[in-house]
Amino acid sequence: MLHASLKTLSQGLASGKYSSVELTQYFLRRIEQLNPTLNSFITVDAQKSLAQASAADAQRAQGRAQPLTGIPIAQKDIFCAKDWLTTCGSKMLSQFISPYDAHVIERFNSAGAVNLGKTNMDEFAMGSSNETSFFGPVRNPWDTERVPGGSSGGSACAVAAGLAPAATGTDTGGSIRQPAAFTGICGLKPTYGLVSRYGMIAFASSLDQGGPMGNSAEDLAMLMPVMAGFDARDSTSLDRPVEDYERDLAKPLSGLRIGLPKEFFAQGTSPEVLNAIEQSIVEYQKLGASIVEVSLPNMALSVPVYYVLAPAEASSNLSRYDGVRYGHRSAQYQTLSELYENSRAEGFGAEVKRRILIGAYVLSHGYYDAYYLRAQKLRRLIAQDFTDAFAHCDVLMGPTSPSTAFKLGEKSNDPVQMYLSDIYTIAVNLAGLPGMSIPCGLDKQGLPIGLQIIGNYFREAQMLNVAHQYQLATDWHQRRSPHFGEALTS
Amino acid sequence: MALTLDEVKQVARLARLAINEEEALATQTQLGHIFNLISQMQAIDVSQIEPMSHAQDLSQRLRDDVVSEVDQRERFQSIAPEVHSGLYLVPKVIE
Amino acid sequence: MKWEVVIGLETHAQLSTASKIFSSASTAFGAAPNTQACAVDIALPGVLPVLNKGAVERAIRFGLAVGARIHPRSVFARKNYFYPDLPKGYQISQYEQPIVQGGSLSIMVGETEKIIQLTRAHLEEDAGKSLHEEFNSATGIDLNRAGTPLLEIVTEPDLRSSAEAVSYAKALHALVRWIDICDGNMQEGSFRCDANVSVRPLGTTTLGTRCEIKNLNSFRFLERAIDFEVRRQIELIEEGGRVIQETRLYDPQKDETRSMRSKEDAHDYRYFPDPDLLPIAIDEKTVASVRATLPELPQAKKARFINDYGISAYDAAMLTTSRDVADYFEGAASGSDAKTVKLCANWVAGPIHARLNEDNLSIVESRVSHSQLRQLVLRVTDGTVSGKMAHEVFNALWAEGSLEALSVDRIIQSQGLQQISDTGAIEKIVDEVLATQAQQVKDYRAGKQKAFNALVGQVMKATRGKANPQEVNDCLKRRLDA
Repeated sequence: MLHASLKTLSQGLASGKYSSVELTQYFLRRIEQLNPTLNSFITVDAQKSLAQASAADAQRAQGRAQPLTGIPIAQKDIFCAKDWLTTCGSKMLSQFISPYDAHVIERFNSAGAVNLGKTNMDEFAMGSSNETSFFGPVRNPWDTERVPGGSSGGSACAVAAGLAPAATGTDTGGSIRQPAAFTGICGLKPTYGLVSRYGMIAFASSLDQGGPMGNSAEDLAMLMPVMAGFDARDSTSLDRPVEDYERDLAKPLSGLRIGLPKEFFAQGTSPEVLNAIEQSIVEYQKLGASIVEVSLPNMALSVPVYYVLAPAEASSNLSRYDGVRYGHRSAQYQTLSELYENSRAEGFGAEVKRRILIGAYVLSHGYYDAYYLRAQKLRRLIAQDFTDAFAHCDVLMGPTSPSTAFKLGEKSNDPVQMYLSDIYTIAVNLAGLPGMSIPCGLDKQGLPIGLQIIGNYFREAQMLNVAHQYQLATDWHQRRSPHFGEALTS
Repeated sequence: MALTLDEVKQVARLARLAINEEEALATQTQLGHIFNLISQMQAIDVSQIEPMSHAQDLSQRLRDDVVSEVDQRERFQSIAPEVHSGLYLVPKVIE
Repeated sequence: MKWEVVIGLETHAQLSTASKIFSSASTAFGAAPNTQACAVDIALPGVLPVLNKGAVERAIRFGLAVGARIHPRSVFARKNYFYPDLPKGYQISQYEQPIVQGGSLSIMVGETEKIIQLTRAHLEEDAGKSLHEEFNSATGIDLNRAGTPLLEIVTEPDLRSSAEAVSYAKALHALVRWIDICDGNMQEGSFRCDANVSVRPLGTTTLGTRCEIKNLNSFRFLERAIDFEVRRQIELIEEGGRVIQETRLYDPQKDETRSMRSKEDAHDYRYFPDPDLLPIAIDEKTVASVRATLPELPQAKKARFINDYGISAYDAAMLTTSRDVADYFEGAASGSDAKTVKLCANWVAGPIHARLNEDNLSIVESRVSHSQLRQLVLRVTDGTVSGKMAHEVFNALWAEGSLEALSVDRIIQSQGLQQISDTGAIEKIVDEVLATQAQQVKDYRAGKQKAFNALVGQVMKATRGKANPQEVNDCLKRRLDA
């Protein structure tokens, strides 16, 4: 069952090789044994998960099984799940039992999947290392002294260490792709608007997008139809039919035009990372793809633009956490002002507060035009660069991150260095495009390297095809950390 | 451009975040670095560009005017810090 | 020194939708606290707003009614501030691109018409309610009202007195009800005004520093608050002081305005376009379809009443104070001759208006229906009842409240209120009266005209008012002058 594909698990359940309860118990056992080391999950509730599993088994017995019926999925703790503790990695919500289900959770529930637990994350998804979580950092299964990336680090770790067959993530500036790269798994951030944000706790509303994380492109293709889909409760949800994301997986890649933006191969990126990317490009050429050099001239601006727009939206989105209706309320207050200021100062961690302050500042009187409005204009410039590039190619490729997983604490005291590590992922969110990371090598220290694939709007099926064909020809996606194998749980 | 200490305190007040002198100083330094990074934006002429608020150039969908929500007060208030007679309580506010 | 008062009003009209502007919770007034505050209204983590079509349509209706421009593209913005009755920590409003821009409203200042220019009208959400009196040391928050759609209607600083402000507010109040976008219930807070008040030396053109008086929810408070504030500002300046721009609250008990402590913090609302909501697009087709459902507007109706029914401008104004009154009047008067129309107008503006006020009813709740009034007036013009007796019929109809036109004749019959116009019958009564009133007869014949009136009175008394007065007159004259 360990690192088995979703198709294999689905077949195992269908053939009666094991039940959903057994499958769920298997992963719960792995979580029980390994989570104390990895800190991948914030909340595990065996009783709830197993109840769902036995309901799934009953459904299957009645002949009403769907592809994901009975398969346990780890849910990023940013998705509200009814009656589950939903913390968003924050002290602010450390006691928050959600009274409702996010759209994504509803969709998984109606697909018959089992909620395996809520995964650790950077507080309110603000971070690139999972070190800002109130519940402590997540460890990278390849080297537990290193970060798994963030903000969906718990989900990435869970898949990489075999604590879950697949997981959900969210990506505002790279939060699915970068941790996928750091842990050697696959992650897809869909086109903005494909996955409903209803019940997905907001960080930066115009950039946030949920997506699947798993062992292979094939697995992601199975998860996509469940996560994507119109939701009237999200005004930015796109009203279009759910696609069959598996339809193009088998297509040969001959004729595929891969654009390599020259800005993705700039100085500051680790030579080992660049080397691995170049190797994978060679592999793609073998598969019949042609290479086009393109340019995204304004890409360097994406980091400053993002660190104006995302904090601005966040500062406003996080105003609802005031200690009045739910969430942390300070014990120290006399006046309303003290109630607000102390509850928020105690409930939020340093990085979240930093971003709230940046956001409040760039929106404040006299600075709006110089920062916020200017950033919105540059956002259009950055998006236009992609449109221009896609006139010459089908997909773009480059590194997901300039480096492999860094050490815990290495960048946590230097926000600017941390922000710059998102350089290759952020522009995709600003444009609202789909982006993906798949494993394409290991560095000398044995740490995974991620290849980023960026598609045009709504080209997820094509991107999955591109990734899948590579995964048929190579085995990077099957490499797993040697430290957390089957022996541990036997 | 650098923020003054007063600006840091002002914006903390605006965001309702209690901040002591030491934190304000540390924040001032960090925000200084971050705004250095952000200042790269100032190099570009943006006068001819339309601002972009959304990833898609679409317009707002409208919902029919129908009531479909039911009373869930009990459920919602079970997670509230302080309620009385169905009201959320806060320290006395003087208008 | 002579001072000029400059006033601009910002009016918040709650739109009469069934559900809230961004959630599907009910907007009904008076529910138990927080029972109509859904996940979106209490701003749970992860919830999102979805715009109510009904609110947009009502904003368009208003824009069309005041001759404003309906923007083909308008944008929602977040207005950020912390207050316990504002659950998200921001109010969704419109800032740079409102849905309605410009337009005007005609008001009456004494006998003259004045046009008040509107700056804009925009959609936004209402806040919840803070209850300060319920507990000793705490404020209670009820979020039922949070998310109720509001149309904020802003005037240019065109108003020059509290009387003009009240006249404008009344005209606006009538209009929003006329076009069915707001119930206008001021006690329930459906229609509330903020007044921006400043003064300047007469003859100067620069605006003085203004103060904003918040939440005036009656016309009387509006008038008094402005009057107080104007006096305060003038006294302050004349004593060498300076007006500080601030938000003030009117205290009806003390009849004064005072600075609002909760607004002391210099606000920096940090407006920015709401990323959860896309721009509202309104095409010509939508505007046309809303226009098609718009009723005849007060000004047009007034002009038509004058034209079609030949009634005075004064009566026409009276009968177009609300659509219900106008409909009632037209229901009673349409298709009738000029005399009948005039009588209907008098009835609606007079006795019916008075009785409704007395019983605290609106015209749609009137206990005499327009078809009854029509029948009653018909019975006056055809001579069945006298004008005087018609009032008795009216009282009986009011008491009964059956609303059926047939009941007019039934009551006239059963209570014997028909006018006696039969010459023979009247002559008989006149003869009886004359026989007992020798002195009055003598007086009359001696030239005292007053005696004649007394004799008419006696005859009317004898018939309990039912005799046709003209017949009585004629008959008496015939007998006395014979």
